[in-house]
Amino acid sequence: MPCDAAALSVGAGETAAAILAEAARRHVEVELKRNGSRGLLWLEPLVEVATDRGRVAYGPVHAADVPGLFDAGFTDGGAHALAHGLTAEIPYLRSQERLTFARVGLIDPQSLDDYREYGGFRGLGAALSMPPAAIVECLTESGLRGRGGAAFPAGIKWKTVLATPAAQKYIVCNADEGDSGTYSDRMLMEGDPFVLIEGMIIAGLATGATRGYIYLRCEYPHARRALQAAIATCQASGYLGADILGSGRAFDLEVRLGAGAYICGEETSLLESLEGRRGQVRFKPPLPAVAGLFGQPTVINNVITLASVPIILDRGAAHYRGFGMGRSRGTLPIQLTGNIRQGGLIEKAFGLTLRELIYDYGGGTLSGRPVRAVQVGGPLGAYLPESQFDTPLDYEAFAQIKGMLGHGGIVVFDDSVDMAAQARYAMEFCAIESCGKCTPCRIGSTRGVEVIDRLLAGEQAAKQEALLRDLCETLTHGSLCALGGLTPYPVLSALDHFAEDFHKPLPARARAE
Amino acid sequence: MPTNPPRRVIAIKPERPSTLDAPQRAAIEGVCARLQATPGALLPVLHAVQDALGFVPKDAVPLVAHALNLSLAEVHGVLSFYHWFRSREPGRHLMHLCRAEACQSVGAVQLEAYAKRNLGIGFHDTTADGAITLEPVYCLGNCALGPSLMIDDELHGRVTTRRFDELVARAKASP
Repeated sequence: MPCDAAALSVGAGETAAAILAEAARRHVEVELKRNGSRGLLWLEPLVEVATDRGRVAYGPVHAADVPGLFDAGFTDGGAHALAHGLTAEIPYLRSQERLTFARVGLIDPQSLDDYREYGGFRGLGAALSMPPAAIVECLTESGLRGRGGAAFPAGIKWKTVLATPAAQKYIVCNADEGDSGTYSDRMLMEGDPFVLIEGMIIAGLATGATRGYIYLRCEYPHARRALQAAIATCQASGYLGADILGSGRAFDLEVRLGAGAYICGEETSLLESLEGRRGQVRFKPPLPAVAGLFGQPTVINNVITLASVPIILDRGAAHYRGFGMGRSRGTLPIQLTGNIRQGGLIEKAFGLTLRELIYDYGGGTLSGRPVRAVQVGGPLGAYLPESQFDTPLDYEAFAQIKGMLGHGGIVVFDDSVDMAAQARYAMEFCAIESCGKCTPCRIGSTRGVEVIDRLLAGEQAAKQEALLRDLCETLTHGSLCALGGLTPYPVLSALDHFAEDFHKPLPARARAE
Repeated sequence: MPTNPPRRVIAIKPERPSTLDAPQRAAIEGVCARLQATPGALLPVLHAVQDALGFVPKDAVPLVAHALNLSLAEVHGVLSFYHWFRSREPGRHLMHLCRAEACQSVGAVQLEAYAKRNLGIGFHDTTADGAITLEPVYCLGNCALGPSLMIDDELHGRVTTRRFDELVARAKASP
């Protein structure tokens, strides 16, 4: 059974307790193992029973279902209305290409033995026998691009850090996963924390960095506990410390907590925050790879980017590169969320279309109503109408339709959505989360809310719309970072594709703040 | 490894009477002593103070500033920048209600209105009985199972109004 926060949020803890209690009552011997989530989130709490044929899935299993499952002989894989056959054969899972998430949901996240049994630390083994430049070359060859959202080639960052001499270099993992509609970082950190640690050690070996930080958002207490326990295990087992596995190479790392600022997902704000300051964006250049944390050369990569490194080193660059399309190589853990019947995590090579994801995987909306809009790429991503659902998931294809893939989050809305309210929220969110350093973002977002309110109130609507578009132009070109620079995406896409919602008065809405 | 760089700023020792009681003061000083050599110590220190006391009292600012050799403005600036830090004492339980898009698509706006009406408070406020402080949060990473909220460290998904009432009743009944 999963110990993942999402599974716990719908009762996995109660279900686990009920299974143990019922087993004791019936004198049935049960060994309950806690793993991460398989990512079939609509089936959570998912109970898997190990049988000779493989793991059999039951879900969603609530505490009240447990006696019935025992009656049906589920401990031997017995038939039941909640049974889904072998987990690995569930089409949603079977059709995936799990590279980064290969172990998530399978292993006990805190078991080093489980981790090694399923291929863990093989990438590190390979890296320890390679010169730093060869590790960087392997990463460059794999075509891996930053999975945090900006999609910058990871190999180039690493190469710059390797080439910049300094007494102290750093590896920083950006685990400030703030985009609504995303949870792949969280699932990975809770479900397979060792793979992230392994990726960071390899990054250290490749670039000469000996110190690492995982900057984790404080909204993820389960991930914090999982990471801290896994780091302690690695320190006690010689994977972290002054002499990694007797190689004479040093690397150690720690978790640092954010404090509820969305902007700290932006890499230079994150570095400011790590240094103990307000999370305000830095001017670039210098790039963090040249002068990053405490002014030293710093690799700063997202969780999924770093967690993809071990398998690339283990299987080789060509294997990873063999997945994907165009310049988007490898796999993307897609998070299907919002008003969706079968929400979950889908790791697949780039190239699936939104339509396949929403309907074939997702099964349409949870409410049963038609899909009206989909927001891809978090709060700074565009709202896409049905006419764009055939766009393949590929960084360049999304850029062409003025959208972005970002961190791979897809939020589905049904036809009850008020797109003018969503546009207003995008500006409001920008106002709440702006770091305040540049004027277009700090002031423009507040003015944006006001202009949208006037537009919706019908005060000289044409004039307000022109003003809103002009303001978006200023935000796009005048902002220092992506927060101000991309807030126009959700606003303008709502305005362009769902214009009808802007020409009726907003229902009275309590201003939340 | 860099430690906090020497500053020209002269940290001012607190002179006006402090509202801190002795255990609070001891907790803050203990945290500072334990963490002041940490590179970039300010956020870890503020987190540790908040974990110990439930909030970061205003009068903690001069103590922290002095220990880390920072100005009052630097500490106050950081404290007020980050949404997570609180300067006012919260209720016995913290409820973080998600306002972000994925939860909006499954009724978070309605749940927010229901929560405020039924608790009789707005965001950042505490119920009259001191049981619950309500805070907004922008994503809890539970976007396929929304609407979501977190009570203290416990995450809850698919929160209906009925489930909300149950969770509130449970929180109010617990110390």
